[in-house]
Amino acid sequence: MAKPRAFDVTTLPGFTFIAILSFVLLYAPIVTLVVYSFNGGNSVNQWGGFSLEWYVVAFNNAAVQDATMRSLIIALWAAVISTSVATLAALGTTRRGKFKGQTVIYIIINQPLMVPEIVTAVALLIFFSSVKLATGYSGLGYLILAHSAFCIPFAYLPIRARLEGMDTAMETAAADLYATPLQTFRYVTLPLLLPGVIAGAMLAFIISLDNVVITEFVKSAGQDTLPTYMLGQLRRALTPEVNAISTTLLALTIFILIAFALVTKKRN
Amino acid sequence: MSKPSGQRSKGVNGWLLSTPALVLLLLAASGPLLIVAAYSVMEKGDYSGVRWVLSGEGWFRVLFERDIFDQTVSLADANLSIFWRSVKLSIATTLITFFLGLPTAWFIATRPASSRAFWLFLITIPFWTNLLIRTFAIMEVIRNQGILNTALMKSGLISEPIQILYTDTAVLIGMAYVYLPLMVLPLYAAVDRFDFKLIEAGYDLYASRWQILRRVILPIIKPGIIAGSILVFIPSLGAYVTPRVLGGGKNMMIGNFIELQFGQGQNWPLGAALSTVLLLVVLVSLVVYTRVSSRDNQDG
Repeated sequence: MAKPRAFDVTTLPGFTFIAILSFVLLYAPIVTLVVYSFNGGNSVNQWGGFSLEWYVVAFNNAAVQDATMRSLIIALWAAVISTSVATLAALGTTRRGKFKGQTVIYIIINQPLMVPEIVTAVALLIFFSSVKLATGYSGLGYLILAHSAFCIPFAYLPIRARLEGMDTAMETAAADLYATPLQTFRYVTLPLLLPGVIAGAMLAFIISLDNVVITEFVKSAGQDTLPTYMLGQLRRALTPEVNAISTTLLALTIFILIAFALVTKKRN
Repeated sequence: MSKPSGQRSKGVNGWLLSTPALVLLLLAASGPLLIVAAYSVMEKGDYSGVRWVLSGEGWFRVLFERDIFDQTVSLADANLSIFWRSVKLSIATTLITFFLGLPTAWFIATRPASSRAFWLFLITIPFWTNLLIRTFAIMEVIRNQGILNTALMKSGLISEPIQILYTDTAVLIGMAYVYLPLMVLPLYAAVDRFDFKLIEAGYDLYASRWQILRRVILPIIKPGIIAGSILVFIPSLGAYVTPRVLGGGKNMMIGNFIELQFGQGQNWPLGAALSTVLLLVVLVSLVVYTRVSSRDNQDG
């Protein structure tokens, strides 16, 4: 779209001002949080000089270490499981033209994006509590299952986008050269699809790592993840330790987002 | 994967490959929603859970209450005020994010192509950042000893800190803050497709800037406005973390009220009925959205 340059019709009065204001409003709180995580001294109210004290406190806190490990284990499983099933679903629902029931599949896959989290959380609480009672199993499996499910749409979307942009000519060529369907998939489709799969796994990982509401309702006693641990801490008082944990998570999120941008940009 | 041959094999392959995802979703996302609906018409258990006897009590208690002594029925004012607060705050959140979001989306879409990705990235960082962290961040700003009150006191504008935290205002500020990216992204998608020559044409025909906005821009980007509004309104209505952290115990929204029924309240049928109500509201909004956007597409 070429825009006329001489007389700039794209400017509307006040729009630039409000836009800049929005960016300031979006970032000022985050910057405050990050700055205060480096605050020395015991008070959250007074600046006591730059210090990494609260990071040391957080990293040495056994409860934080446990919650971190649990968050990472759940997020890794959820990313692997949701990305695997989402890849298959994306292969089944793209590039083959429309088929009967396709809309139903779309609705079910995207359902976690539409239903309020609190409703899903309550539904899983009811369902899993009776399963727990019946089976006696109360491990991390429930959390992994729940996270894998709500991560599916986030894994599915970038994979589907990648597939839709892909040319079928390569696969047809492979088939013409007597490659079996499995060989075609292994040596042609999958390598081409890989950036989409990696991108999908990254988003699934972030979404799982960030989840609060569903985790809070599904977890058994002593199964705090990092976000539910932080939410629990808040019942007492805002501590600089929570700021330090938040900043670390924030850094991880930005790191993954930059990696995501690089993965998707390079091939497209 | 056999070569796609005919409509039937496409469908079979599609369903077969989608099966693992569908099973997982039906097991741990969609399926349990049906259990919620079923629990809403059961009798309340003694401590928690339900007794397997059909009862309309859960739904009745959504709006009404009975006097403990003489069993007279009256409207449950406490519940009504929670519903009203939820709807009011969600509408206000949608409006605030729209008035901030439209100029922001416009600004990003009118940047030169080289820097547009950068501005867009600035919106996606908060979008993907943990909601809890963003809620903490806004709490740092508005609490009594936070930077806002400190700055106002230092400047001499106020002598006592303004109590914002644990009020409805705090919840509103928090929700507008955390959901702003959800408004900006669909608006950006709409503005990005907008043909700026139309504005030029409008000016040529002596339209004022206000008329251009009102008569040219807004009608064309309407699908984006509706998408953004729904994306903000739905999570606002079901918000749980933000009102819990910023509203304190008193300023509950529906999400917190539902949790209460499964926690201290010990009234699972009522909690299930409330969840079903929330689900129905979302469903209706989505149907309205699809209707409106498909009609707009037909209009061209």
